[in-house]
Amino acid sequence: MRRLLPFLLLALLWSGAAGAGGVKPEEMLDDPVLEERARILGKQLRCLQCQNQSIDDSDAPLAADLRRLVRERLVAGDTDEEVKAFLVARYGEFILLRPPVRPATWLLWAGPFVVLILGGVAVGLYMRRRSARGEPEIGDLSPEERARLERLLAEDTRPAG
Amino acid sequence: MTATTESAAANRRMWPYLLPVLVFVVIGAFLAYGLTRDPTVLPSALLDRPAPEFELPPIPGRDDHGFSRADLGGEPMLVNVWASWCVPCRAEHPLIMRLAREEGITVNGLNYKDRAEDALAWLAELGDPFTYVGWDFKGRVGIEWGVYGVPETFVVDGDGRIVYKQVGQMTPRVVNEVILPLIEKLKKQ
Repeated sequence: MRRLLPFLLLALLWSGAAGAGGVKPEEMLDDPVLEERARILGKQLRCLQCQNQSIDDSDAPLAADLRRLVRERLVAGDTDEEVKAFLVARYGEFILLRPPVRPATWLLWAGPFVVLILGGVAVGLYMRRRSARGEPEIGDLSPEERARLERLLAEDTRPAG
Repeated sequence: MTATTESAAANRRMWPYLLPVLVFVVIGAFLAYGLTRDPTVLPSALLDRPAPEFELPPIPGRDDHGFSRADLGGEPMLVNVWASWCVPCRAEHPLIMRLAREEGITVNGLNYKDRAEDALAWLAELGDPFTYVGWDFKGRVGIEWGVYGVPETFVVDGDGRIVYKQVGQMTPRVVNEVILPLIEKLKKQ
């Protein structure tokens, strides 16, 4: 237990830190429609300091700046796509948590399905080869085996003891 | 049955066992390559593009006109993003001083989210290698430059294009193997 204590404390601190992050009340816009759009955008944008958090989840100063910037652009009349394009132009596509589908990302998007299909084909080939080889099925018992099986089954139905 | 068909048959029996090994080798190669890369260093979206438009006031108390897009170009130069609260900036500062004073390279500074008195005290203590310094108190111009952490150092060519970005602390190796040869090359163009 004593050895575990530091780890437990760390876990506690960590969860506290995670809970503390995110959109601050003073950052929010008065217009609920724009604020809602800002929230949806904020969840799609990567915090570049912490990388695996969105800017809405992160407490990093740059994430706060980017949240403010997203709201500025929305108030100025940008569409959601224009806000994203503005940030991609400065930080690259890495800022998008959901990578766009482009020739360079085809492998990323299609990869899991390609692996699934290859696996399916491999299993299909294996099954077909096995049935083609004509392995004996469970029903194909010799008369001796059948007799033994019936004897065993009969034994099994007798009450215990 | 000839020897070749025999070995072909042996191969056919072997491949189900070799396949997992092959898959492991391929995945292992990708993962090994991944270990050699630093995931915190992101390629700049601004590389080989003109530097962004911006205009910054000077640090109040420093005698210059601030730093703006108009100060870029004419000759290759460096733009160093720094702050007094940034520890690696302090560590790399002697190298920036060397580039400015000994190599004669123009270095402009972008003072990122810093208090004026702290920034001035820092320059007084460690030396001031900068021709112009822009005071980016709110970090808004930093976003224009795609800054996501300090220090960052950009090489801007004579046409005002960003040709290189160093994310994080400058090292002697980067200075000698990248920055100096690059500036040399740009000067000849």
